Amino acid sequence: MEKRATFSSTTIGLLFVAPMLLLIFVFFYWPSGQALYWAFTLEQPWGGGNQWVGFQNFQQLLADPVYWNSVVRSLVFALASTVIAMGLALVLALFTDRELRFHRAYRSVLVWPYAIAAPALGLAFRFILAPEAGLLSVINHLSPGLWNPALDGTDAMIAIVIAFSWKYIGYNFIFFLSALASIPRSLTEAAAMDGAGPARRILDIQLPLLTPTLFFLLVINITESFQDSFGIVDIMTQGGPARATELMVYKIYFDGFKGLDYSGAAAQSIILMLLVILLTVVQFRFIERRVHYK
Amino acid sequence: MHAKFLGAAGMLAISALLAGPAMAETTKIDFWFGNTGDIAKRVQEQCDRFNKSQSDYEVVCTSQGSYDASLQNTIAAFRAGKQPTIAQVSDAGTLDIMLSGAFYPANKLMADMGYNVDWNDYFSGIKSYYATSKGDMYSFPFNSSTPLLYWNKDAFAKIGKDHAPATWEEAAEDFKALKAAGYACPLGFNISRDEIWQYGEQFMAVHGEPIATKRNGYEGLDAELVFNKGLWVKYIKDLKGWYDNGEAVLKSKETGQTFVEAFAAGDCQVILTSVGDHGNIGRTAKPGMNWGVAMLPVYAGTERKHSFVGGASLWVLSGKSDAEYKGAAAFFNFIAKPEEALEWSTVTGYIPVRNSGYDYLVKEGFYEKAPYAGRELAIKSLTASPADDAKSYPGIRLGGLLQIRQEMANGLQAIFINNADVQTSLDEAAARGNQILRRFEQTYKGKQLP
Repeated sequence: MEKRATFSSTTIGLLFVAPMLLLIFVFFYWPSGQALYWAFTLEQPWGGGNQWVGFQNFQQLLADPVYWNSVVRSLVFALASTVIAMGLALVLALFTDRELRFHRAYRSVLVWPYAIAAPALGLAFRFILAPEAGLLSVINHLSPGLWNPALDGTDAMIAIVIAFSWKYIGYNFIFFLSALASIPRSLTEAAAMDGAGPARRILDIQLPLLTPTLFFLLVINITESFQDSFGIVDIMTQGGPARATELMVYKIYFDGFKGLDYSGAAAQSIILMLLVILLTVVQFRFIERRVHYK
Repeated sequence: MHAKFLGAAGMLAISALLAGPAMAETTKIDFWFGNTGDIAKRVQEQCDRFNKSQSDYEVVCTSQGSYDASLQNTIAAFRAGKQPTIAQVSDAGTLDIMLSGAFYPANKLMADMGYNVDWNDYFSGIKSYYATSKGDMYSFPFNSSTPLLYWNKDAFAKIGKDHAPATWEEAAEDFKALKAAGYACPLGFNISRDEIWQYGEQFMAVHGEPIATKRNGYEGLDAELVFNKGLWVKYIKDLKGWYDNGEAVLKSKETGQTFVEAFAAGDCQVILTSVGDHGNIGRTAKPGMNWGVAMLPVYAGTERKHSFVGGASLWVLSGKSDAEYKGAAAFFNFIAKPEEALEWSTVTGYIPVRNSGYDYLVKEGFYEKAPYAGRELAIKSLTASPADDAKSYPGIRLGGLLQIRQEMANGLQAIFINNADVQTSLDEAAARGNQILRRFEQTYKGKQLP
């Protein structure tokens, strides 16, 4: 008799993934389904009832300049923070990868920021970037009023980009470092013997071999900048001044939770979800082709 | 000795038997509120006093972190069928809950539970804000306040003045003089959503100007915002002028110091804020600083109307047991006592909400004591005209008022920070606010204001 007949491998497999599937269902599919339903209705906050309104919620959003403002701000934020977080992380990783003194210590120190929760981070940066007492107050001593995130929209955007990038530098750094570690020493050493300087070795050997990591981080950073920015915005600027830092994710929170407009917020989350999916698809379709996998 | 021991054990057993059922009969009720910090501690103390005063009920009071969070959590809990018995809802959330049908009306609760409440004992301006158009009180005013002008007497002495400005024209002169006397911040203010209350709504209230048509929304969900068409536009233009001259300075948490902190530190000489801050400023003011309060200024030639009540009221939610409602009614009966009003006003700065409570405070000499003197002006401001006066407004009854405040704040931020045109920005804010009102009207299609 066949001893393995009790369970087919599919059942065991399903059994193992079941807890995860359940979690995903409860915390993702169910709320998403609810959001999708609400997006096409007008829901009374206290649950007294709702009415079907079709695409009205979406039409109102797309005709609303304030909504488009939040879309544009989100894109600017995503672009700026991704470039900074990835660029600086790469530079730091290339430096610490070399056999410097204490490079192990640098590595640990650089990884830490990622472990800090967004609200704590936001609070810290609110103090650091305060116009009167913070780090950048030096600028105000040189030229009064030059730096004031509470009163200047551009400064406020710069402030949240700094805070957000700072957190993701640590995250990106880990990935770059491990990717660099997987590049065989012999390649760079051979190049060095052929007379290639550090810059040449980075450009012609390390960077091309890093492209899978670069691509992966690009997808993650852009996605996270749309979603994980909430805590920082909430603590540092609350979307202000004058909507300068009202990112899509913050507007969803404000309209839904403060304004009790569940349907409007649901429609916005559906659009945000579609946008993130679209960006990810675009990245996989067009950028991934340039990625060299080993 | 042996017998004694047996006797003691017997007594213990008997008292345990007696206590057992008595313990089980204690009904626990939940009370969720939004206040934090010192006020939260005071609410807790009041709950403890109630719990100690009797043994039938135990009210469990939990701060939810903010008014917004308290409302969000209550709604979420209500939708999940796990609502508290009592929830605190801020002035701005009144209409939202009034239309929800998710509550047990206050007047009905007290009548059903056998309490005879004189609802006309409430100050008319407080009652009208929370009552229906028919005058039925659906919630219990709890922590009530109204804004006052706080002024630094020492600074005003330097410009030869011994009284606070009563008109905005006078205030403008004072700001100029204070600036000339070397004060860097004659008027400290802010323009976030929270300050729309004193710089917008209350300005229009004391001037008898409408915020929205249909008697500020009391007469129907189809009201439209009109704050962009009256005296408020002139006020914002004046405020912008003072701001541009450096006579009014933006002070907020984001700039490192709130205007209340700036006043207490002696950095700003005039602020407008809630009487609820009176205690706080008294405790934190720079040692030796002489300061006082006055009613909000009005423009010259204005017949002063009553200001609106701020703060929050307590709502009893539907779907609880009879025993829990009895407990809630007992709690409301307890906090309505004049001695409780005195205790509450002493430790918080909030005002008594009933005439009887106020009379008791006056009789006890409360307003003659140094740290509390001036708080009676809040009552004077709230009762400057009767609430049913045809030329004033009973309150604000607009759906999505928090979002509308945000639109007004964004309009002001555009004016003060981006130098946008005053009229254009206020028109835009009103137009956006009207969209919110129409959306609210559609959400509650077919429902009538009670």
